[in-house]
Amino acid sequence: MGRLLGIAIWLITIASVWMFLSGRWWFPASISEHGPKVDSQFMITIIVVGVAFTAAQVGLGWVVFKFRDNADKQRATYSHGNNRLEVLWTVVTAVIFISLAVMGQRVWASLHLHSAPPGSYQIEVVAQQFSWNFHYPGKDNVFGKTDPNLIDDSALNFVGLDDTDPNAKDDAVVSTLAIPVNRPVELILRSKDVTHSFFVPQLRFKQDLVPGMGIHVHFTANTIGKYELACAELCGMNHYKMKSYMLVLPQNEFDELVALPQDKFQTKKDELFNKYQLPNY
Amino acid sequence: MAEAAHAEVHRHPAPTGFIRKYIFSIDHKVIGIQYILLALTAVLVGMIMSVLMRVNLTWPGTHIHIMETLFPQGAPGGAMTPEFYLSLVTMHGTIMVFFVLTTAPQGGFGNYFLPIQIGADDMAFPVLNMLSFWVTFVGFVVILLAIFAEGNATVGGWFTKLGDVLHSPEAWAGGSGTVGPIGGWTGYAPLSALGKIAGPGQGAGVNLWIISIAIFCVGSLLGALNFITTLLNMRTRGMSLMRMPLTCWAWFTTAILALLSFPVLLGGGILLLLDRMAGTSFFIPGGLYVSGATVPLHNGGSPLLWQHLFWFFGHPEVYIAILPGMGATSHILSTFARKPVFGYRAMVFAIFAIGGLGFFVWGHHMFMSGMSPYSAVAFSILTLSIGVPSAIKTFNWLGTLWGARIRFTTPMLFAIGFVSLFVAGGITGLVLGQTSLDFFFHDTYFVTAHFHLVMGVASIFGMFAATYFWFPKMFGRMMNESWGKLHFWITFIGVYAIFVPFHAMGLLGMPRRYARFDEYEFLKNSKGLVMFVTVAAIITVTAQVLFYFNFFWSMFKGKKASDNPWEATTLEWSIPSPPPHDNFAGIVPVVYHGAYEFSVPGAPNDFIMQTEPEVTVLGADLGGASGNGGNGHKH
Repeated sequence: MGRLLGIAIWLITIASVWMFLSGRWWFPASISEHGPKVDSQFMITIIVVGVAFTAAQVGLGWVVFKFRDNADKQRATYSHGNNRLEVLWTVVTAVIFISLAVMGQRVWASLHLHSAPPGSYQIEVVAQQFSWNFHYPGKDNVFGKTDPNLIDDSALNFVGLDDTDPNAKDDAVVSTLAIPVNRPVELILRSKDVTHSFFVPQLRFKQDLVPGMGIHVHFTANTIGKYELACAELCGMNHYKMKSYMLVLPQNEFDELVALPQDKFQTKKDELFNKYQLPNY
Repeated sequence: MAEAAHAEVHRHPAPTGFIRKYIFSIDHKVIGIQYILLALTAVLVGMIMSVLMRVNLTWPGTHIHIMETLFPQGAPGGAMTPEFYLSLVTMHGTIMVFFVLTTAPQGGFGNYFLPIQIGADDMAFPVLNMLSFWVTFVGFVVILLAIFAEGNATVGGWFTKLGDVLHSPEAWAGGSGTVGPIGGWTGYAPLSALGKIAGPGQGAGVNLWIISIAIFCVGSLLGALNFITTLLNMRTRGMSLMRMPLTCWAWFTTAILALLSFPVLLGGGILLLLDRMAGTSFFIPGGLYVSGATVPLHNGGSPLLWQHLFWFFGHPEVYIAILPGMGATSHILSTFARKPVFGYRAMVFAIFAIGGLGFFVWGHHMFMSGMSPYSAVAFSILTLSIGVPSAIKTFNWLGTLWGARIRFTTPMLFAIGFVSLFVAGGITGLVLGQTSLDFFFHDTYFVTAHFHLVMGVASIFGMFAATYFWFPKMFGRMMNESWGKLHFWITFIGVYAIFVPFHAMGLLGMPRRYARFDEYEFLKNSKGLVMFVTVAAIITVTAQVLFYFNFFWSMFKGKKASDNPWEATTLEWSIPSPPPHDNFAGIVPVVYHGAYEFSVPGAPNDFIMQTEPEVTVLGADLGGASGNGGNGHKH
């Protein structure tokens, strides 16, 4: 039984490691500036994890393979432990784990411990059960005033835009996110009802949208194309299809789009939406 | 040091009537078995739910006749709606975490064996002990009611009537056609706080879900008080702290965690209920617009407050689930390795370090929540530090097996399985604990993989090991070894086949709590994985019939067990199987040795029981000269 169990543990280890090494199931290709840094931090971590996992499982497999009771009446080794070993493995694991922890803050710090770089393009995101609204400031680059009391879905005023505010005249609110390539984007994330989460896998970015809060985040996309945007926080019955898209556009197309008033913005956006294809998976 | 003078005070006569003996018993052994039976019932419900979920994810729209009979609205024609799926997610999580992983390890085995292992004749407060079980039982009945209040028009109707009586028809509207509340086991506000307007599965069922958890908190609190008092005050003569079995250390630490964390959840639950029913705004901010209308009256609440309260409890809860499994594993590994626990003192230290650090890491569930990113950095580094005592435990388990003479009994197989699964599940904490990596992995199947392996199946393996190990003591009969081994092999390979592919789904970015995966192109490569997991899950869950059958068959038909069938050392093996009503038949046991004196050179047997009087053994110093555990102190 011991040999069988040892071999079974080794086979499970091989199968698990193969699943990661095979490359059949891996991240979708990154499209953001910080994405490759996330990926390389993951590579470093998964190598440490893989080595530790393999060592522990192979070791476990070995002891159960080797130290079975084979009825030769010999006794087990009598030992209560070894303080030197305890200190050794405590220090070694502490150094490795804490180092990983510190390294694991770098991308986070670059995005979250700094405010958006100057020249970032601001877009307000307003999530609701079960759709997304993206509010653009228009030609004047100033957001029109919004007020939750003015929200009226049946009148298509999804974000509560105040029509009496002159700055609101050129604003556009659409259901697809369009951002410029290679230019920092600052999103102001809000929710009208319950907590949602903004998740674009290729962007290597996720952030909850919390009712009552306006959360500022920023990132830079560096690959033109069309990507799926998913909700990643349970928000009710249709959570699984609270879906939208993110278009990453060349600067000229983007500039042209965001200068348009609501109706034309919508038409142009649909046109661009059809122009770009989702990546191949 | 505790002495045995208390024994007279606590002795109570054996009950004679059926009700006082088996139902409202104050005997810790009966109560322990009651907790185990409750967990066996709850885990069956939770497992059936998980299979239904897997079937829905793999073959959406599958018709299952029984679902139509039970939940005509939630499963029209027997096919599951997305709402039905989400309520199953919620119920599966809640039932498994509270009524399985918190009841069996602590309330079950802890209740039965902690008093015996320290040489006490019962818990410190036997009546309180009985109450804590029955309070927990009521909590379980309420959570089942929550399923039907939402899932069944008739039961939903009862609560609508209750709402009329209470003059709050809105708050108690049920029968939404789902099969329970929708919110996940974490019940994030404001979804969970807004009531019926937030959609199906937000009515009476959520009230009952909160009430059930609140009741559960009370039961666990009472239990925790009892465990701590018993362990500190009722150890028998010679049972110094450092001679206690590691199981006792684990149950003790777990009780401290429960004592400090459940009140916070209880408080949070009451506030959430007030938000739903009394118009308060603890978790509901102003200016909300839900289901086509502005939400009146609420203002100033914070959704993040709920997350803090929930996870301040929720993270220690993970350790509440797994620490007893660690204790049982250490105990069983040592017994069947025929070796003392390697690094006993380090193990005690590691249990406390895990328990202590466990209170400072809750924020790692909230990196993406909108919490301050600076707090996230602190939580992240603390989180990875908790890997250190976890690694110490793993090294010591391997050290215990090194140079052993392993007897591969069923409990030993499950204990070895625990070590393997604990490593596999725990180690991905190094990935998920890093803020930068959670940009991608937060709320994906990578997380689901991590906690199912480490908190779910590793803990369950600890409980399987404990069941096969202590069954002969509890029922006086052995469980069938062949079935037990078959059960182990299918389950061990099965759980790996289920949960390792979850990591791959996580790498694809698959979000948790999705009722369907066909809405997104980026998930289309997951089809094969999803089906593989479902087949593995169906096989593994079916194999549990082996366990259930073995358990109940052996209870009546199993081979008679001797007092000490495993040749183990601790006090429970020094008394008859099953033990008499007051455990030690009025005789105060005296302890002379540490808990794990196996293979002592020169001793007549390869094990020295804790109660065996001091003997002079040639060539061996039983005083623990190695400096690592041993006997604790010399006489």
